[in-house]
Amino acid sequence: MTLPPEKPDSPIGKAILRKEGPRKLTGQSKYIDDIEFDGLHGITVRSTIPRGKIKEIHFGKNIPWSEFTIVTAKDIPGKNYVALILQDQPFLADGVVNHPEEPILLLAHPNKYMLERARQAITIEYEKLPPIFEIEDSLKAQTKIWGEDNIFKSYLLEKGSIDSIWNQADLIIEDEYYTGAQEQLYIENNGMVAVANSEEGVTIWGSMQCPYYVHKALLPLFGLSEDKIRIIQTETGGGFGGKEEYPSMIAGHAALLAWKSGKAVKIIYDRAEDMVATTKRHPSRTRHKTAVMKDGRILGMDIQFVIDGGAYATLSSVVLSRGTIHAAGPYNIPHVRIDAKAVATNSPPHGAFRGFGAPQSIFALERHLDQIAKKLNMTPEDLRKKNFIKDGEKTATGQTINEGVSMNALLDRALKHTDFQNKRRQFSLDNANKKIKKGIGFASFMHGSGFTGSGEKYLASKVGIQVVDGGRVQVLAASTEIGQGTNTIFSQIAADALSVSPDFVEIFQPDTKYVPNSGPTVASRTTMVVGKLVQSAAIGLRQTLQKEGYIKENYREEELRQACAKYVRDNGDLKIIVEYQQPPGINWNDETYQGDAYGSYAWAIYVAEVTIDTTTWETKVDHFTALQEVGRVIHPILAAGQIEGGVAQAIGYAIYEKVRWKDGRMANGTMTNYIMPTSSDLPKIEVLFEEVPYAYGPRGAKGIGELPMDGPAPAILNAVAMATGHEIKAIPMLPEDLMRASL
Amino acid sequence: MRAFVPDYEMKTPESLNETLQLLARQPGEWKVFAGGTDLMVVFETGKLAHKKYLNINGIKELKEIAVNEEDVMIGAGCTYRQIQENPVIRQEFPMLVDAAKLTGAVAIQNRGTIGGNIANMSPAADSPPALLAYDADIILLSIKGYRVLSYKYFHQAYKQADLRPSEIIMAVRLKRNQGMTHDYYRKVGTRSAQAISKVCLAATASVSRSQRIEWVHLGIGSVAAIPLRAVRTEHFLFQKSLTPEVFNEARKTLLAEITPIDDIRSDAVYRQEVAGNLLTEFLESLKS
Amino acid sequence: MKVEFKLNGQDVSVEAPPMKRLLDVLREELSATGTKEGCGEGECGACSVMMDQVLVNSCLVPISQCSGVDILTVEGLGTTEDLHPIQQSFLECGGAQCGICTPGMLMASLELLNRNPNPNEAQIREGLAGNLCRCTGYMKIFDSVKKAAEVLK
Repeated sequence: MTLPPEKPDSPIGKAILRKEGPRKLTGQSKYIDDIEFDGLHGITVRSTIPRGKIKEIHFGKNIPWSEFTIVTAKDIPGKNYVALILQDQPFLADGVVNHPEEPILLLAHPNKYMLERARQAITIEYEKLPPIFEIEDSLKAQTKIWGEDNIFKSYLLEKGSIDSIWNQADLIIEDEYYTGAQEQLYIENNGMVAVANSEEGVTIWGSMQCPYYVHKALLPLFGLSEDKIRIIQTETGGGFGGKEEYPSMIAGHAALLAWKSGKAVKIIYDRAEDMVATTKRHPSRTRHKTAVMKDGRILGMDIQFVIDGGAYATLSSVVLSRGTIHAAGPYNIPHVRIDAKAVATNSPPHGAFRGFGAPQSIFALERHLDQIAKKLNMTPEDLRKKNFIKDGEKTATGQTINEGVSMNALLDRALKHTDFQNKRRQFSLDNANKKIKKGIGFASFMHGSGFTGSGEKYLASKVGIQVVDGGRVQVLAASTEIGQGTNTIFSQIAADALSVSPDFVEIFQPDTKYVPNSGPTVASRTTMVVGKLVQSAAIGLRQTLQKEGYIKENYREEELRQACAKYVRDNGDLKIIVEYQQPPGINWNDETYQGDAYGSYAWAIYVAEVTIDTTTWETKVDHFTALQEVGRVIHPILAAGQIEGGVAQAIGYAIYEKVRWKDGRMANGTMTNYIMPTSSDLPKIEVLFEEVPYAYGPRGAKGIGELPMDGPAPAILNAVAMATGHEIKAIPMLPEDLMRASL
Repeated sequence: MRAFVPDYEMKTPESLNETLQLLARQPGEWKVFAGGTDLMVVFETGKLAHKKYLNINGIKELKEIAVNEEDVMIGAGCTYRQIQENPVIRQEFPMLVDAAKLTGAVAIQNRGTIGGNIANMSPAADSPPALLAYDADIILLSIKGYRVLSYKYFHQAYKQADLRPSEIIMAVRLKRNQGMTHDYYRKVGTRSAQAISKVCLAATASVSRSQRIEWVHLGIGSVAAIPLRAVRTEHFLFQKSLTPEVFNEARKTLLAEITPIDDIRSDAVYRQEVAGNLLTEFLESLKS
Repeated sequence: MKVEFKLNGQDVSVEAPPMKRLLDVLREELSATGTKEGCGEGECGACSVMMDQVLVNSCLVPISQCSGVDILTVEGLGTTEDLHPIQQSFLECGGAQCGICTPGMLMASLELLNRNPNPNEAQIREGLAGNLCRCTGYMKIFDSVKKAAEVLK
């Protein structure tokens, strides 16, 4: 299957108007709570304690309980676990709770205003058990809250022989870094509608990133066959990972209520519930011990990386994986040891959030490198240049890099563009004896696109293209539009492969009845991996028509339309399904965790300029520059939008968004008290792209969705250190933290 | 949205008089409801205990800003928007404009009222420190007539004020021509907009040409159970010169007067340190 | 109680408990689901509508205070065939990603441009500070408003 050469009028690289745009702009797009609904409303009754046994559930007086549908674990027709990786997380607690807000009971009623009344009227008696809330306590495992040792997963990644080189080092530098939880805070709360009965099966509509994850999770819950579960994604108001795995839980709940009541059921969370009960970014603690030479060469990195997974395993092993692989960064370090663990605590399970482990480990690394530079009396940029990985050299997993990207050149460009060195010098001079201090700092990093190692192979994603009545061409994929512009990108890619305009192609709504499993909408894979499949399917369509004489080598758009229509009239249907083929030369060993971790990486230098007012210790980011190499920019506005949005979330991660915990529960679970930056807080975010095409991405595109999450936090805190001399090693860094460091 | 909506009643009285009659009839039966930007938030959590409200948002007498020779009367029902846009307030009481612009954001400012901000009795409210620094009076009204208080005596303890169940806040009165030479308003919030304050200092001063503080008024929020007039610090600064020793002692005095706490937004140590810093910043500004 | 008001130029009459939120009346009784709930606390602005030509958070307005008012929601701004210049600018500049904050953001932009037809960036930031967007980082929203200001001149 060959891709025709890119034409000048190809939509690739052009900022075409978004297909899905006008409907979103006129309020016509129907999110799950907008769709006309006639049925019962559901609500979840949750644990108020972090760990214990359920002794008794009391249903209060003055509530007409006979009007309610009530579901407990006993009502589950199949198995009570949320199928994901392990089988430890129940849909409904059965006698035992392991975190605050754990779902215990479900209620449904025709009048949604009755639900909260009823929920308040239920009191649950527990026999409390000792909980664990801190990583260190979990590691000590004096109390075992999960398995034998509270450890969901460990990895030991080794390159070279680190213990042999300590005595060769001029300097050994150690420190510890912390990152806090972060709430995804999509503006549309989680919501699902379900219809379920044993004859017809289960149908789910709702806000989600991964229809097939939900599908997989409901199969054992109901014990039905695959064709009896149907999942349909409705317009989704943001996900960022928060709707990767969590939707399976709320979908299961809606379906259980529908199953028992015989009616359609809708569950929509309000903000308070969504914030306290659903997943957050894994908190982390990273210890670095680094062997360096006076001239800046890093001989070895010994890293201990621990993430807090909450009460159940969910996706922690994969978050750990990505965090581990990114922990040693875009550097050529001869000896590396990364001892990584994901541990259990009694808080609601932590989950996917853009970056998925990498923002945590990259924060630690990039802060640590700046500290090393300071101790060696080198500039941070010289230290990086001494150690950047070049083509032909190996990463920590032993992957030989061959991307044609020079981090040295990227860094030079970023430094020049931001006038970094002059500013640093000027700020240092100006800061003396001033209350207002300015700083500039950077972070250098890479981010792997797609699933790690053998992940894409196991996913075995499929995409289809079909022709329907009148010659309309539809792309069939389970990849969801959640704001990033999936539908537009796929249209551009397909249109380019077919040599037509993007309007020619329609994107079918992700509905497991009609679309094949193109894998989840996560891991920066939608454009690069699934987009490539869309391209292949389009090529397949073109070749089929050409081979069978319906079109010639070159054709006009209308001719293609008519050829498609004719093919269907002659042959009944026209559907091409393509399946993921791993690009050649990718070798990964799951046992040793060695080899080619990712097919390609995006590479970046991010620069932050900050102002700190020492009267209040508030830090403001004044200007942010994001320079990255991304293979190929498919849509300039959508691509820049991804970077800008990710940088904004990461600025929040760095200096605004603190989750305050009380006994395992988020105490500040409101938009009033969980501080997301407003338009008045964020700086101008400047986005610069470089393109070194990746052979196996569509027209060279790599993935960029998560990349922008990795750089801002270390860049900002490096700038703060430059401005104030205070080395802050934990995020979020609030004014209170900076003030404490200064006292 | 957790309120059980059918439990709540809201009546719209035809006039100010009818409002006062209803409030007098069975004191505590009805509470007044203006812009709703505080009450509705509590309502939505399902925790709004009181169920019967009188909608006073349309009562004209409460929505007037009256400029007289001696004073400006701001009706309790005036929105932050009205306050920001009034030319006399902008000219003569700019800290009220600052406070109004920093309360919530545009949509809140279009609906929220100064009377509501006072009546909500949060120690973190944005306008009260400015009102305290301007030494405002508060005018309360019931069917029996007016009661005028110096606003500094209005707030008494956490969520308690000198406001009787049959009374409404009618207006705040700001005396013109106080002879202030300087003012200072700084709110330290969790972010630039839509933020509850962690510390808020409003200050006015009259400084003589010989660089002596003739008087100073300090209104400070979020560091005590009520919006506070820091009277001990004011008394200390009375007639003092602008020297580092005075500033240090003033800072110590202020820190002894305030009782900041740890809460969901910040902690006592930070509030203490920053309150002192804001005071110092204000005092330094008096040198110019 | 019965409340009568104007919605997008049309007279409407609803029967609702007095403290029912305007947001819920719009979405339920009037099936105008373009206005969204993001937080239920008046923080996110997704529920913003114009009430008597000023921007309000409809989650904070009880319906009994809406007697006789003039409400404009996103449905009254334009249609997919006939976008309002502000909507068109958002489309061209990429001011919407997932779209859930967009109806409120458009209302806030309208209020801003009504008050100040030629805002600078600081004024745009201030005007939109009550509308949270998690997807865009606001950059392209500012571009959209600047473009709309030019077009509307």
